[in-house]
Amino acid sequence: MPKVHVTTTINGEPMEFLCEPYETMLDALRGQLGLTGSKEGCASGDCGACSITVDGRLVCSCLMLAAEAEGHQIGTIEGMAHGEKLHPLQQKFLEHAALQCGICTSGMLVASEALLKKNPDPSEEEVRFWLAGNLCRCTGYDKIVRAVLDAAAEMRETAR
Amino acid sequence: MNVVTNNKWIGQRTIRPDGVDKVTGRATFAADTTMPGMIWGKVLRSPHAHARIKSIDTSKAEKLPGVKAVVTARDIVDFTIEKGAVMLGIQDMRWMCRNVMAREKALFPGHPVAAVAATTEAIAAEACKLIEVDYEVLPFAIEIDDALKPDAPILHEWNKVDGKPSNVAGRLEHKKGDIAEGFGKADIIIERSFATRPVHQGYIEPHACLISVAADGKTTIWSSSQGQFMVRAMTSMLTGIPQSDIRAIPAEIGGGFGGKTIVYLEPVATMLAKKSGRPVKMVMTREDVMRATGPTSGSKSTVKIGVTKDGKIVAAQGTFYLQAGAFPGSPIRGAAGCSFAPYDIPHALSVGYDVCSNRSKVAAYRAPGAPIGAYAVECVMDEVAHALKMDPLEFRLKNAAREGTKAVHGPVFPRMGYVETLNAVKNHPHYSAPLGKSEPGKLRGRGVASGFWFNAGGESSAQVNITEDGNVVVTTGHPDIGGSRAGIANICAELLGIDYKRVSVIIGDTQTVGFSNLTGGSRVLFASSIVATQSTEKVIQTLRERAAKTWGIDPEAVKWENGAAHPVSPNAGQFEPLTLAQIAAKAPEQGGPIGAGVQLNTAGADGGFGTHICDVEVDTDLGIVRVIRYTASQDVGRAIHPGYVEGQLQGGVAQGIGWALNEEYIYNKEGKVDNPGFLDYRMPVCSDLPMLDCALVEVPNPKHPQGVKGVGEVPLVPVMAAVANAVYDALGRRFYSLPMSPPKVSAVLDAPVQRAAE
Amino acid sequence: MTDIRYVAPRTLDEAISAFAAAGSAARILAGGTDLLVQMRSGMVRPGLIVDIKNIAEMTGIEVTADGGFRVGAAVSGMALAEHPRFGKAWPGVLEAVNLIGSKQVQGRASAGGNLCNASPAGDSVPAMIAAGAIITIQGPNGRRELPVEKVPAAPGRTNLTPGEIVISFTLPPRPAGSSDAYLRMIPRTEMDIAVVGLGVSLTLKDGVCTAARVGLGAVAPTVLLVEGAGKALVGSKLDDAALEVAAVACRAACRPIDDKRGTITYRIKTAGVLLKRTALIAAKRAQGK
Repeated sequence: MPKVHVTTTINGEPMEFLCEPYETMLDALRGQLGLTGSKEGCASGDCGACSITVDGRLVCSCLMLAAEAEGHQIGTIEGMAHGEKLHPLQQKFLEHAALQCGICTSGMLVASEALLKKNPDPSEEEVRFWLAGNLCRCTGYDKIVRAVLDAAAEMRETAR
Repeated sequence: MNVVTNNKWIGQRTIRPDGVDKVTGRATFAADTTMPGMIWGKVLRSPHAHARIKSIDTSKAEKLPGVKAVVTARDIVDFTIEKGAVMLGIQDMRWMCRNVMAREKALFPGHPVAAVAATTEAIAAEACKLIEVDYEVLPFAIEIDDALKPDAPILHEWNKVDGKPSNVAGRLEHKKGDIAEGFGKADIIIERSFATRPVHQGYIEPHACLISVAADGKTTIWSSSQGQFMVRAMTSMLTGIPQSDIRAIPAEIGGGFGGKTIVYLEPVATMLAKKSGRPVKMVMTREDVMRATGPTSGSKSTVKIGVTKDGKIVAAQGTFYLQAGAFPGSPIRGAAGCSFAPYDIPHALSVGYDVCSNRSKVAAYRAPGAPIGAYAVECVMDEVAHALKMDPLEFRLKNAAREGTKAVHGPVFPRMGYVETLNAVKNHPHYSAPLGKSEPGKLRGRGVASGFWFNAGGESSAQVNITEDGNVVVTTGHPDIGGSRAGIANICAELLGIDYKRVSVIIGDTQTVGFSNLTGGSRVLFASSIVATQSTEKVIQTLRERAAKTWGIDPEAVKWENGAAHPVSPNAGQFEPLTLAQIAAKAPEQGGPIGAGVQLNTAGADGGFGTHICDVEVDTDLGIVRVIRYTASQDVGRAIHPGYVEGQLQGGVAQGIGWALNEEYIYNKEGKVDNPGFLDYRMPVCSDLPMLDCALVEVPNPKHPQGVKGVGEVPLVPVMAAVANAVYDALGRRFYSLPMSPPKVSAVLDAPVQRAAE
Repeated sequence: MTDIRYVAPRTLDEAISAFAAAGSAARILAGGTDLLVQMRSGMVRPGLIVDIKNIAEMTGIEVTADGGFRVGAAVSGMALAEHPRFGKAWPGVLEAVNLIGSKQVQGRASAGGNLCNASPAGDSVPAMIAAGAIITIQGPNGRRELPVEKVPAAPGRTNLTPGEIVISFTLPPRPAGSSDAYLRMIPRTEMDIAVVGLGVSLTLKDGVCTAARVGLGAVAPTVLLVEGAGKALVGSKLDDAALEVAAVACRAACRPIDDKRGTITYRIKTAGVLLKRTALIAAKRAQGK
């Protein structure tokens, strides 16, 4: 039962690995690739805790085979900060207390970053509907939405 | 109490110490851990809702290449029924040992029957399929009504009521005065019956653990839990390994809400690790979580309230049937004890019944039992207020419990802030804001409700150690599920007068910190800040002594202020202040390490009160209810970190909205959970909710050094009634069962208007 | 889960030979948002997974010679939304495809997968039926076309023959004054499977409806084309009386079940409610053109 050989790029770094045909991208990230920042909450695409980007597009890594990463650019939570410099979203989540247990936080941040790349000036409603695929049970979403809106404002200001 | 005023850190929205790890994906949750040589454990679960286990043959599984160990109930310590209850906290180990691995009977679909550890997850799963279990399938009963029928299938034959086997496993009663006399004085009496469905705590992180047992029995456990000491104790009792040989390390926990105050996997993984000689990792799937871990009870309640025509409550009666699931232990204490607590009622009778049925054993869920009881009581309170033509807040104010009121559940209330929450809501812009105009086909309404939770104190340990470079490490004993590390850091920084960033707060494991009770009961910040404060005060005493030594004066002549030792007055001597760093640098010559630890069974926790306002908008053709505005007021004592206090309110409100509108367990004909996933177990998503406003009331707890009261659980208690009362205001129809899902709302709207159920 | 192979062919012919050769053990992988869930739950154990996302014809969106659109079956909802013109012509189809799951799911899920998964409640199908989409299918015996409403056969089954793959959806050119809309009833605001889903595509000339098609989902074993509802709208000004006749036709077409998502009574009532709302949205959009 041969494994699949995958050549891909993760957070800007070239990576090569072997995987089972049925292995999901989430399994590969959390297992052999040692990138445990993406979390498994449901393994069925209903909670968003496993969110990553593929060529910049937001996806659930539990709904993707690791084999499908071939030739694509994968972005995970681990690639969001640059060394010690946090992304404005990460900083605002901390300032707004937009996390409690933190299990949904990786997925929320990846999803939020994808939103702001597509729409740098979202309304509260647009933020809420974009993040509908990211379940949080601790915060009631209030501070998360505020953090995203605040980060968006700061990023627009910086871009000026 | 030495309440510090002019606070630099207490009350500030500081960045939590564990925050950067959590926003970068570095924080280690239990499923993120690995060890060399690790193998995987999987559980074989009963497909039947009720069955006698006649035999289990694991021989084929044991022979599968890659399988390293197999475990059944034989490997778990038995706590025999006949020997009577063996309590660990509120858990009876007779049920715990059977909950982690079925013994005589499988009592719900998903009940663990055996477990396998193998070199890959796939092999472990394959091996489970090779285990042959001979079941004698029995009839089952899941709903309370079915479990109470005279001919109901009985889960536990030895449990007898009036000499007959019964599914009623417990009864709890609170009595005050004489309700016959009380109701006799009432001008208006309203009695209603309510039903709620089981709902799950809904933590996003499934249960997970990694356990290593060395050849000499020394055991290391990393697990997702609300109490590493509970994990150690339960694992010890269920495996026979002495507690001193078990090191239980609390991983970061991805949500608990009470559901992780017991163990499911740890004793099983420990035995697999012991038998195989390899570290064993076990992670539940979402489906396992929904099928086999405790949700909270479904319920059937009846509440009767009698008032005089000028609005004084003269009598109240509540009967609460809560579904325990497979083993006794539903939270009737919360339902019967909390529901009438906000009110001064001269005559009352509140009774709870614990009913066993063929579903997973319930586990604690945020103020266990209290939301169920409050839903019933607060809805009847609303009906009574309407019957009196009184504003619902005025009605509550007229009957509010105050300092000196004897609660239905026994205690006399000290000074507490319930009335303040009613006034905070009454005076809040939300309460006077117009509901606003809806589009055609939609109706808006507003409702209010109150709630109470006991809160708790309990054992806590802390150590405060000064580093050689003059900074601070605080070790506490409780997993942090809500931001308690930030609160503790605020307090220690405040007491020592140093920058918040110089205080590092970590959570110890069972071998590095003293005994600390569970994270739950709204007690972590309350209890841990008491011991952290006392430890810090001891450290400050040492610092004063060291400075005194340097200056050659009496320690009584030294004060600690703004991070340094100062002479109390010019009379004591003219000395330059000595900073924490300076004193720490001299520690070896002046007597040694500077640090202190305190272990206490903390007391003085006061109950918590909250009052909420909810606005809803209902699409009348489709029966869809949306919450469009929400304000929660709560007496929090003292908000050490307002951001994380608000977070507790907002999180509880969101859970309550889900419970009110869409969350429920759905069963198929075979008694299996039909919606064991987040697709059809419908928790609120981001777009379902509005901003959740908080109005914090601070009536400091005089028995606590900073005035703290527990905050975590009260927020869930009033929510379902607030939503139901808002829906009544919108539609003129009452909902006596939850969830108020669209098909149910639609059916009620389409039915002819009936007299409400008596 | 041990005997699975994964292939990612670059041409349609390769895909079809591999798919046909593996028989019933093979599954097509487009977005994977249904397949991976079914594999994880044990519902499906494919021997061969054929990933068709490297095949140009299945991932492209082109304007056809007569001004219609041909959308590759594996195009994701997000990619469809990024097309500069598709959403202007077919806002209903676009919103239907982009109501499937979450933003993460929409980054992968395709109309082709949604159709071939053959759930009675698939969101894109009522809108595609209302649009009058024609499906191009290729198999070992060559290429053929089918109206989209003829593809679903039963829950989880299509009318495709062994070895056949859905290649693309062709939508007709839009006469002036045309638009479409899709609405579904779900209990939350997102993330639920449709309890009822309804698509309306229509053309208005001087306020009078000259053409209309209605697709209705989650109320029968397959998604339905409700011809009676379309007929009731044609010739009317979408007044209350005409909408009521169309709603009655929708309610009558329902053969729903009671399940964990909705009751029979509720679904039938909702079908009528959604018809009226969806038709009016489509009309408003059509008048805007």
